[in-house]
Amino acid sequence: MGELQLKDLYTGFRDPEVIQGYAKLIEEEAKKLSSPINIMEVCGGHTHTIMKYGLQQLLPENINFLHGPGCPVCIMPKERIDHAYILAMQEDVILVTLGDMIKVPGSKGSLQDARAQGADVRFVYSPLDTLKIAKENPEKKIIFFAIGFETTTPMSAALLDVVVKQNISNILFHINHVTVPEAMELLLADDECKIDAFLGPSHVSVISGSQIYDKFPSEYKKPVVVGGFEPVDVMESISMIVRQFAQKRCELEVQYKRAVNTEGNLKAQTLNENYFEKAPHFRFRGLGDIPNGGLKLRDEYSAYNAEVLYEELLKSELIDDHKLCICGDILKGKATPPQCSIFGTACKPSTPMGSCMVSSEGACAAYYKYGNLL
Amino acid sequence: MCLSIPSKVVKIDKERNVATVDTMGITREAGLDLMEEDDVKIGDYVLLHIGFIMNKLDEADALESLKVYSELVEKMDEQERQNLVEEDDNCPNRGK
Ligand code: SF4
Ligand code: SF4
Repeated sequence: MGELQLKDLYTGFRDPEVIQGYAKLIEEEAKKLSSPINIMEVCGGHTHTIMKYGLQQLLPENINFLHGPGCPVCIMPKERIDHAYILAMQEDVILVTLGDMIKVPGSKGSLQDARAQGADVRFVYSPLDTLKIAKENPEKKIIFFAIGFETTTPMSAALLDVVVKQNISNILFHINHVTVPEAMELLLADDECKIDAFLGPSHVSVISGSQIYDKFPSEYKKPVVVGGFEPVDVMESISMIVRQFAQKRCELEVQYKRAVNTEGNLKAQTLNENYFEKAPHFRFRGLGDIPNGGLKLRDEYSAYNAEVLYEELLKSELIDDHKLCICGDILKGKATPPQCSIFGTACKPSTPMGSCMVSSEGACAAYYKYGNLL
Repeated sequence: MCLSIPSKVVKIDKERNVATVDTMGITREAGLDLMEEDDVKIGDYVLLHIGFIMNKLDEADALESLKVYSELVEKMDEQERQNLVEEDDNCPNRGK
């Protein structure tokens, strides 16, 4: 094979023949297993690939996927969305966030609803777009509602870096960044936990390195394979996990070597360190409080912290989901979307009742979209 | 949201610290704020994520994976041919 072409990075990792090849390898290897294994794909990006390419159907009966909490949109609790809603409703505020947040329902409605009520909400492709909005609206307060796992945290930090260094006074931040390993640990602490191994999120590790999963094989005895998002990546990762079980190994391995190394992107990590610190608690929708599960702005940047500046307006009361919604169990890998009594009826992508139906990467939305493959 | 896309760097603007990248035929700009100075060069493959270049893709490794995959497919073909031959050998209808 000669030089790498851009298209190889797409098609090469989606080749149906290679997917089939791995399906066969996995089938052979799985015959050696003494008991079935449940693999949790932590990230919704993986859930999406698994659904889209019907990968579960290609696996032998003793290999199952559990769909994890891996979407920062899915795990955003209602009270945080309400914060965004309340801030957006302020006369002199423009609320800026990433497009994924558009439909997520809080207790007052979604940001789309806030907009219909006259609020100025802007959905941007990149945090940097906030700079332009701030420049064009000097008389307004621009609040960046920051969301995402480790993958998107440094982009918020980069925006903050510009804001601080250029002394831009009309951009504030509402930080909702969350971290993956703490959520995984919480899942493992559950008595009913059925997870035998993890398919580790890919792009989280691009930033943080594969090192953040070290403790799972060593302390929790759960193998982790960090895999890419393409279907071939997922199949190869599954084959690596199954082989670990067949050979009675328990390790951290990286399938997605073309993008992930042990230590990650150090410059991004430094930026994060400069501006953020661990929040002692962050409540994940469906999972509940996760100690050290989120980030907050460092105290020295309180002047940029919308949560501090608007403290009076923002309630801290916790709000749970609709009582029929079983997102919590789905995120924990205890249930699948079709087991929800309102899946596909009262709850669909156009009228989401719970967060897993909102993001296109949420487990319920993925099941809904690719349901004909089930 | 985290589904970053592989792209190729076609231009670098040092002044503004942004790169122009080609994402499957679509050209756009991406911030270099998360990359060490001079780390990204024209022709590099990178992952693009919400307006930023997040890392460089390891070309050698991507090529290595693709090689493994083509071998897998070849091996599969061989296996299938073998299976066919064996099936043929064991054909209960032979000689009828
Ligand atoms: S936003 Fe999507 S890709 Fe990112 S963590 Fe979610 S589910 Fe994974
Ligand atoms: S289908 Fe809707 S209500 Fe049911 S679990 Fe999924 S998101 Fe919640």
